[in-house]
This record gives sequence, C-alpha cells and structure tokens, in this order.
Amino acid sequence: MSDIAIELRGIDKSFGLVHANKNIDLTVRKGTIHGIIGENGAGKSTLMSILYGFYQADRGDILIDGKKVTIKDPNAAIASGIGMVHQHFMLVENFTVLENVMLGAEGSQVLNASISRARLELKRLEHEYALEVNPDALIEELPVGLQQRVEILKALYRKADILILDEPTGVLTPPEADHLFRILGQLKEQGKTVIFITHKLREIMAITDEVSVMRRGEMVATRKTKETSVEELAELMVGRRVLLRVDKGEAHPGEVKLAVEGLTVRDSRGVTMVDNVSFNLRAGEIVGIAGVAGNGQSELLEAISGIRKAVSGKVLLGGAAIDVTGHADPAELRERGLAHVPEDRHHVGLVLKFEESENGILGYHRDKRYLNGAFLDMKAIKADAEEKIRKYDIRPPNPRLKTANFSGGNQQKIVLAREMERNPEVLIIGQPTRGVDVGAIEFIHKRIIEMRDQGKAVLLVSVELDEIRALSDRILVMFAGRIVGEREPDATEGELGLLMAGIEENREAAE
Amino acid sequence: MSNPYAKLPAWAEYGLIPLVNLVVAFLVAGLVVLLVGENPLEAAYHMVNGAFGRGEYIGFTLYYATTFIFTGLSVAVAFHAGLFNIGSEGQAYIGGIGVALVCLWFDATMPWFIVFPLAIVGSALFGALWAFLPGWLQAKRGSHIVITTIMFNFIASSLMVYLLTRVLKPLGSMAPQTRTFEAGGQLPKLDWLLSIFGLDIGNAPFNVSFLLALLAAFAVWALIWRTRFGYEMRTMGHSPSAGRYAGISETRIIIIVMMISGGLAGMMALNPIMGEQFRMQLDFVQGAGFVGIAVALMGRSHPAGIIPAAILFGMLYQGGAEIAFEMPSISRDMIVIIQGLVILFAGALENMFRPAIGRAFAGLGRRSAPAVQTGGA
Repeated sequence: MSDIAIELRGIDKSFGLVHANKNIDLTVRKGTIHGIIGENGAGKSTLMSILYGFYQADRGDILIDGKKVTIKDPNAAIASGIGMVHQHFMLVENFTVLENVMLGAEGSQVLNASISRARLELKRLEHEYALEVNPDALIEELPVGLQQRVEILKALYRKADILILDEPTGVLTPPEADHLFRILGQLKEQGKTVIFITHKLREIMAITDEVSVMRRGEMVATRKTKETSVEELAELMVGRRVLLRVDKGEAHPGEVKLAVEGLTVRDSRGVTMVDNVSFNLRAGEIVGIAGVAGNGQSELLEAISGIRKAVSGKVLLGGAAIDVTGHADPAELRERGLAHVPEDRHHVGLVLKFEESENGILGYHRDKRYLNGAFLDMKAIKADAEEKIRKYDIRPPNPRLKTANFSGGNQQKIVLAREMERNPEVLIIGQPTRGVDVGAIEFIHKRIIEMRDQGKAVLLVSVELDEIRALSDRILVMFAGRIVGEREPDATEGELGLLMAGIEENREAAE
Repeated sequence: MSNPYAKLPAWAEYGLIPLVNLVVAFLVAGLVVLLVGENPLEAAYHMVNGAFGRGEYIGFTLYYATTFIFTGLSVAVAFHAGLFNIGSEGQAYIGGIGVALVCLWFDATMPWFIVFPLAIVGSALFGALWAFLPGWLQAKRGSHIVITTIMFNFIASSLMVYLLTRVLKPLGSMAPQTRTFEAGGQLPKLDWLLSIFGLDIGNAPFNVSFLLALLAAFAVWALIWRTRFGYEMRTMGHSPSAGRYAGISETRIIIIVMMISGGLAGMMALNPIMGEQFRMQLDFVQGAGFVGIAVALMGRSHPAGIIPAAILFGMLYQGGAEIAFEMPSISRDMIVIIQGLVILFAGALENMFRPAIGRAFAGLGRRSAPAVQTGGA
C-alpha cells in the first residue's frame, strides 16, 4: 500500500460559464492533517463536493489508496472510506446522539439489535478518540461544539479513514476550537487522514502538516506547514502582498453619541436574547462586541437600528430617545445619522437580484436627491453609484450588474459605501468581513478606522476575535444576552475566550 | 458557485428558453392529437390559420389577447411584491359590476368617450376593492393571500349569481344578465387599425380597450421600474428582511399592491362587457383570471413579455376554437389540454431545459474565451 490517501488528477469542473475548478492536482498523505485554504469562491467547497460525490467532475481522476475510483454520490464516498463534517450540521435536532449516528446505517428494519450494537461501537469510538458525548442526549440540547463532535462520530461510525472538515471552527468558541484541534490530533495519531478546509490562516499554521492553497479555481501551491509562513500563505491566496496588521493611532473619544440603557429583547419564541444591556458609545471610538454567534449580538444590533422591537430599555441617539419598544422607523433613524451595516448582507443589507445601483440607494430611496416626484431619478442614481464604485474600488465597475454576481468582498463594499458615504454620526457594523476575501478585509478595516478618526462613533460586532482585537478601542463581551465583561484591546485571546464561553462570569459570581 | 444554473445572455433567457419550451409543448400536444387518431399537422394548420388566417380571425385573437393582457399584468404586479394573487378571476368578475353600473346609468345619455373613462374608473375601483380585503387580511392578520383570494373567487361567483338573477336582471327576462346597453355603453371597434394592414375586421369584437391594455402595460412597467413605490415593492418582493431594514412598511405595500393588482384585473371586464356583449352576463370572465397566471409566468412578469404571451394565449383560444370546428373528433376539451401543456412547459417546467442550454453556452463560451483573455491581457 502506498502512503498516499487521496490523489486528485486534473479535476476540472464548470457550472455553466463559471469555471469553478481548473485542472486541480492534489495529493494527501496518509495519517496527516492536510489544510486547504483559499478565499471565498476559490473553489474549495466545489472540490470537496466532488470528492464527496455531490458533484461529478467534468474531467479528471480520483485515486483512493492508489486505486482509481468513481464517486457518483455520497454513498459511494462513504463506501470508499470518506467522511464529511459539513459547515452546517446535518443532524436531526429532536433525535438523540445515538439515533443521529445510526441514521442511514441502521442495518435492519427492527432497531433493537442495531441500537445496542451502535451503543457499543460508540463507546469504543469515544474511548479511542477522546470524543466524549452522552449518546442519549438530544441534539437540540447540546452546545454547538458537541454537535460537531456528533458529526465526527457519524463519519467514524461509518468507518471513515479520510475525514473532510469544511470550515469547522466558524461556529466554535476558542476553547471549543482548541478541543477540536486536540481531537483531530488524536485522529491523526490513530492513522486517520484529515482534510481541513478553512480561510483562517492561524488555524492552518496551528494544526496542519501540509497546506494547499487555492485561488480562483486553481491550486496555486502546496507547502509543508513548517516551511511556510502566514505572510506567504496570505500572499498566495490573494496573489499579492497583503497587510495583515491594522495600523491605527490613539482614539480620542468625545461626547456620548449612543447610549443604551437596560435594553431587553426577546425573539419570536419569547426567549430573552438581549438581557438588560447597557453601554455608551462615544464619538471617535470603536467599541467592539465580542461573542460566539447566537449570544444576542444580532438582536442587539437589530433593536438599536429599529428593525426589531425591544421589550424594555432605552436607547438615546445623540441625546434624543429612539422609540425602541414601539415604532422605531429605520428610515427615520437613518435621517438622524444612524447608519447600519447589517450582519447578513445577502438577506438584509442587499437585494441580490437588484442591479448594483439599485442597492446603492436601499434605505435612502426616499431621499430627494434620487427622486423626481414619485419617480426615480435614474441619472442621479447611476451617477451616485458610479462615484461610489470609483471611491470604494468596487469590481467589476458596472452599476447595472446584478448584485448577486459580485464577489462577497465587493458586495460588502457596496453596503459599506452606501452607509459610510452618508457621513453618519453613528455607524453600527455587524460582521464587516464575513465571507470577504483577504484583499478586501484590509480595505474595509482601513475605512472603519478612518470613520473613527473623523470623529464618528462606531459599534462593531464580529465573531472574529482577531478582528475585534485589531479594530476596537474597547471590547465588550456578550454571553447569553448579557454583557459579561469589558476589556481593553490588549486583553489576551485566552481571557476573552473564557469570557465568551461564560466561564469567567461564573467564577466572579462564585467569589 | 452555489447557483448551478449559468447566467445566460438576455436573448437566450427571454427568447430562446420560452421558445424551446413552447416548441416542446406543441410537440407533446401533437402526440396527443396523434393519439386521438388525427393528423397533428392538420391541427397545427387550423390552429395558425384559425388565429391569423384572416382579418376577422386576427381580430378575435387580439380581442382575447386584450383580456389576457389585463389579467396577466394583474398577476405580474403582485408577483413583483412577492404576492401570488390567484384572485384575478374574482376581481375581474366584480370589476364587471363597476362597468355595468356606469353603463346602465349613462349609456342612453352620454357618448361612449365619456362613458368609457367612467367605466374604467368603475371597473378598477370595484376590482381594487375586491382585492383590498385579502390584502388587508394578509397585511394585518397574516391570512395567506393564496387561500383568501381563492375563497374570494368563490364569494365573487356566488355574489354575481345573486346580483344577475335578482338585482341587475331586467324584469320579465329569463336570462341571468343585465339589459343590453345603448350606444353609449358600446365601445367602437378597432377596424381602422386592422385596415391599415389591409385586413377586414369582419365580426370580430376587437375594440378600443386593446389600446387601454397597451397603455396599462406601459404604466405597469413605469410603476415597477421607475417609481419609488415600485422600488419599495420590488425590495419587499425579493427580500422582506431587506425591506424592513430599509424602513419600508410591509403592510402598506401589500395593501396598495393588491389594490393595483385588483384594479388591473377589474379593467379586464371592460373588454367583454363594453366591447363584445354590451351587457353583463353570468360568468363572463370564463377563466381569464387563471390564464393571467400563465401569461404572467410565461412573460416573466414583464409587460414586454406579457403582451406576446397574451397574444399567444389569444391564438390558442381563437385557433383552438377553429380546430374544434374543423376537426370534429378534436373536442373543445382537447384544446384545453393543449393550453394546459403550454402552461405546463412554459410555466411550471420553465427550468427544465435551462441546464442543457446553459451547458451548450458554456461549451461555446469556453471555445471563444481564450481568445478574449489573451486579447485582454
């Protein structure tokens, strides 16, 4: 047997006019953790979907253990010993761990015998790979980190020798991510092969043995992780040198621009998502809100910007109250100088089916400068879009192109241009660089700092801890709807990580 | 990358794909004709000849097309706001009350060119009111518009039976219809328009409401793509969450859009009532509201697509009647099957051939792409 687990030769795949994978060669050694890194849209997910049988390659061969195989669907992939942990978990929420692991591999119509067999096997796997999880717990009651473990167990239960993980850390806290890395190390020691897809350079450096870089559908390089550096990988990904550190000077905070007092927000099911939150935001400072996704940050932003009704509390914008518990009108708040870059640009910040220029006026479409009476002033809208395209280097520079056809980074620039060019007093930004390529991240960060230096108040929410630490002048940590701590930007990642996991808070409460 | 369908050039998107769908629909329809033991080519000949063979036939085809333009626009406007108005049928039916009342009041005292504008207002008003209630229920109470508009079709139908048998029927008449209008309630035919092309209109009821339909199509285009309200309603239709973010009131949009949609459907009543029968009869809508759904689907909810789609369906109606007349073993129901096939392929299965056509274009693109790239570099 060779020491090559997977070999891809000349894989080529097009979706209509989009050439997603161009003549890809990839060799993954047995018993290693192989990272695949690339910007969004570089073709990583397509390549893995071909390997897992979701798509068929137009050309090229897949060799597993040196033998040529045809993977026509995920069942064939599983039979070849490939397991996949998806970015979005494929679990039945109201089944137990055991039931989820068995699902699709029951073995017989009557379940009794297979349940006890599965239970034994699960015990063995847990023991072997340090993957503890209660087999009788319901999935919906488990934290995200444990749900991911169930996904890994599912793959191992199906006798996977090769495990593909697609952006596995996006939903995890730093401690959970560390635990995942330990599990992956454990798997490697037992001789399993792991393919780890990510766009986070730090993770690649932390756990992989080898790394392959993809750019625009091509495999541009494969390096031994020990022999490369973050800078080199970033350059390979983007195709040019990038500045990873953010340069910024001292903040000069001025008067309070946004005051939040005792804000409480419930979601549609009545669950309290924001619990009695208070803070101040001053002119000329960036306040970052750190936290694992789903701890109330989204609801906080929505309540402040008037999209979601709060249950109680007060919000003052420039000293005057916003009717957050009643009829706060997002359009009126915009007029009062509050700009909002929402977390979800695909569904909230943009209408993807609109032309670029049409999205350039979303929310500001009542402004007289875009109107001729009840009619849209098409010339003014186009001129406005062209100016923003030039200023924010939005590519391709075509205001008539459908927004869905722009890359993630350029879509985000469309939103940023719209919100920032209004010269708002207060700018609230959710996930400014989610799904945005490295080149654009640099640009976006620079713009946010420029806004601060012009004396604007910036409220920043991000699940990327690095981003929060790089940009913020003060960091608030949110956990379970509450602000559990305030730290300076030089706080260590470990300290913030514990706060984000709600651990520090318990200790403080106990003391 | 997540979109498995390639982007096609506009002419393929709006021209080639509908054409391929249509050709397939006719091929399958041909098979059905073959199954009944008739010659599909002969049927095709009667279809085309019956729809376009003479000035009179063309007049009939365009008369039906007028009706379908109104109902197609009605469905399309609601589509753009993300609303599926299945109630155009009922709204057109109730719109007839507006037309009939205006005509019954003024037909003897006023000329048609004064009665017509009043009837336009009346038909649009009654249609809009009939759509207001489902719109209000959707906006304020969350009752699904598909369900409520279907229910309102039934209510409209029962209401009209009551009105036409008890209230609007002249005394002593046995027929469920209003009295016949005098000259003021009769729209002039567009015989001069056909005679420009050297055609003789004959008995066809092709009338001035066709011009109103064209005007309405232009107005709908301007409303959707050139006004602030159209912008807000498209935002809402594509993404309600983006609409909330932009501060657009969903309630207001839903109610107004439904009233515009209902108004357009109501205006359809002008064509048969003032243009052909000169009275309001029971069941004068004859399913035109539902055909409007197919027309809107096939026309991609764009007025420039709706007009040809409406003419196509006018052709199916008129040519289909000719087939039934010329080929006795093909009944009226067979024509409905053919129309159903067109709806199936052009509407429900509109994406069936898209992947194949996309691949064909990708193949062409790849062959020509390298030349473009070297030119660019």
